[in-house]
Amino acid sequence: MTIFGIRSAAVVLLLGSAAAAQDVPRAFTGAHIIPIAGDEIDRGTLVVRGGKILAVGPDDAVEIPAGAERIDAAGRVIMPGLVCTHNHAGGIGGADGSGPIQPEVRILDSINVLDPGFRRVVAGGLTTINLMPGSGHLCSGQTVYLKMRGGKTVDQLYIRDSAGMPTGGLKMANGTNSMHESPFPGTRGKSAALVREKFIKAQEYREKLQRPSVDPEKQPTRDLAMEALVEVLEGKRVVHHHTHRHDDIMTVIRLSKEFGFRVVLHHVSEGWKVADEIAAAGVPCSIILVDSPGGKLEAVNLVMETGGILERAGVKVAFHTDDWITDSRLFLRSAALGVRAGMSRAEALKALTLAGAEMLDLADRIGSLEAGKDADFIILSADPLSVYAKVLETWVDGGKVFDRNIPDDRLHAVGGYGAGDDVEPYLCCYDKEGPS
Amino acid sequence: MKRHLSACFSLLVFAFAAAPAFSQVAVRGKTVYTMGGAAIENGVVVIRDGKIAEVGPADQVAVPAGFRVLEGAVVTPGLVDAHSVVGLTGIYNQPHDQDQLERSAPIQPELRAIDAFNTQEALLEYIRGFGITTVHTGHAPGELISGQTCVVKTIGNTLADALLLEPAAVAATIGSDARKNEKKSPGTRGKMSAMLREQFIKAQEYAHKLETAADDKKPDRDLKLEVLARVLKGEVPLMVSADRAQDIASALRLREEFGFKLILDSAAEAYLLIEQIKATGVPVIVHASMVRAYGDRKNMSFETAAKLHEAGIMIALQSGYEDYVPKTRVALFEAAIAAANGLSFEEALATITIDAARIVGVADRVGSLEPGKDGDVAIYDGDPFEYATHCVGVIIDGQVVSTSPR
Repeated sequence: MTIFGIRSAAVVLLLGSAAAAQDVPRAFTGAHIIPIAGDEIDRGTLVVRGGKILAVGPDDAVEIPAGAERIDAAGRVIMPGLVCTHNHAGGIGGADGSGPIQPEVRILDSINVLDPGFRRVVAGGLTTINLMPGSGHLCSGQTVYLKMRGGKTVDQLYIRDSAGMPTGGLKMANGTNSMHESPFPGTRGKSAALVREKFIKAQEYREKLQRPSVDPEKQPTRDLAMEALVEVLEGKRVVHHHTHRHDDIMTVIRLSKEFGFRVVLHHVSEGWKVADEIAAAGVPCSIILVDSPGGKLEAVNLVMETGGILERAGVKVAFHTDDWITDSRLFLRSAALGVRAGMSRAEALKALTLAGAEMLDLADRIGSLEAGKDADFIILSADPLSVYAKVLETWVDGGKVFDRNIPDDRLHAVGGYGAGDDVEPYLCCYDKEGPS
Repeated sequence: MKRHLSACFSLLVFAFAAAPAFSQVAVRGKTVYTMGGAAIENGVVVIRDGKIAEVGPADQVAVPAGFRVLEGAVVTPGLVDAHSVVGLTGIYNQPHDQDQLERSAPIQPELRAIDAFNTQEALLEYIRGFGITTVHTGHAPGELISGQTCVVKTIGNTLADALLLEPAAVAATIGSDARKNEKKSPGTRGKMSAMLREQFIKAQEYAHKLETAADDKKPDRDLKLEVLARVLKGEVPLMVSADRAQDIASALRLREEFGFKLILDSAAEAYLLIEQIKATGVPVIVHASMVRAYGDRKNMSFETAAKLHEAGIMIALQSGYEDYVPKTRVALFEAAIAAANGLSFEEALATITIDAARIVGVADRVGSLEPGKDGDVAIYDGDPFEYATHCVGVIIDGQVVSTSPR
């Protein structure tokens, strides 16, 4: 108890000093800036203060506030922190084997913040991730949107809404991953029927809640699963839907129309077969690019061309790592391979940043370098689409969370002995002062 | 006798079927990396009857009249993937196309890769499109001794068309991947080494009896021991997949005891044992650069290839073994990551051309653009390691097998 008391005091102290440090404006000058919102700037300046972006523009057009710390970033590339719309770092575990639909489970209750996976995440330049439970269920639980601020507990990483609640979506899946022995569905028809039944129950639950009733006894008792689904029905919680095959993709769209929920299609391996239909439905796609097709029947037609085909059809596209399917440290590679297979440079870079932010309803705060947005950015050694580019620094809310020059950060960026171990707990204050 | 006949027959069929496919072809490259000497600016590679006839600068080597000419910014030897399981494992990942690992017993060196390699596997065409023309493939890591491997070209109607070398190696695994549960052996690392030592001692005795016993006292044929006896003679290398430093050390210890020719495979923590590995002269086929950092490979590093190379250890890179998505990796992309993490461009290229060919024993045929070698060429529209570059031409045995940009 006292130990925790001391530690929180120390944390408050640290946060306090960090906040004070952030009040001093910082100006990164002479960099090639890719703001995502607007054209690339060949020699540009980025000014941040208090965790927010103050200004961004060409060197000669940005006024640097008096007293600002100036950082020469000539020869470097600065772009927004990367947004990964689908990530599994942190040793997480969502729904269990007891049933196919478990919207009451929150992934935020399962996160090991000390997992080295998070160190790889920031080493890859990811500043915001949608941490998701797996795809072995029709619904495996609530996802959580995290800022990679660094922290000892998960609540330090939340992105909170205006009411102070952690933000997140709902993970759903169809196709073969979520088909198992009973009580799980054994066919696609059954999968959809189970989902429809559950949403109909949620509709009824919501109606009961809304019914003007003088008798509080007639209100339904609290049901955590129903509460989460009601948030989905009301558009407050977006469904992040794993789906591969073209017909499964269309099933997701059909169900989202029936119940009016907002959905982001994830993986979308055969999205290229129904690109026009996805565009017509106005549904965004978060896609993954991997080194080869196959590994499962539904991914046999997974091609690198998907991004370009969806882009040309007018579909909003983001990339995701699906870490550990692909390593967060290699996230930039997704955009580069997308370009190799026909995406435009602008859309590919947007797909690493702003498009993802839009899919998480966070585009007013993150995803581009614009005055007023959160100071989440990365500094690269070379063009982001080059294999030779290194993430040199990652900044979140105006604080540096990764620096390739720091040996321990570098260890997690390139790997090596000890890189796979959990981060050591922070015990300095206890060791030095003892409990009081 | 029968075996000889069928071998002759298949050779005949091969010659008959394949001969018309040889196109007479030449390749022009702004830069030609021969990997048998310095790179050539404005180079020409002439391929005649499936073999490389001439390589040199355009002002010294003429393209013979009537030859088809392919061009590109960068020309390299057809790429060699030093360790894969493609062809034994297939794109669908269903029981019918998964022959890379037999789980019925931990020691089965008698399993031949040639009896399981599917020349029509879709993943072969996939990797070929990126310039991979030769793969060392076979039984996967995951059992103490999982079987044999072979070296094949990535095109061929039948095995005979594709085969370069068999057995190329006997594949063994020391580490968590080879461990069994529920009272089955090997359940521990100590047991793994004990079982391997017992097996090699049996093979020693078998080989000794074969050589010394009177004709009527020769031991019965034993497929396991036959191939292990060849390993002990140094005719076939033992490729040991081991990642933790302690497991690599166990492999080196076994080599010291039995004197076989060792190839270290995967070797995630090899950077901890650089001096020990270097002292043995053992080559290392480093895990895919992008291999997942978990289990025995949790301490993998993008820089392992560079560190080993810098110390003077012969290395190659590989696509490795994937049991889920993606079903295979592409050696070109793995070398690219190594090139971005400490290896120079040509050093990284060597890990998927000449050095890979040397380690798996086919450098007399492939791995460099030199007269007399197979006409295997990859053509790119830029730095092959850059993501946005495309492979724009692939030639195998003088046959143009791909020209669509990938």
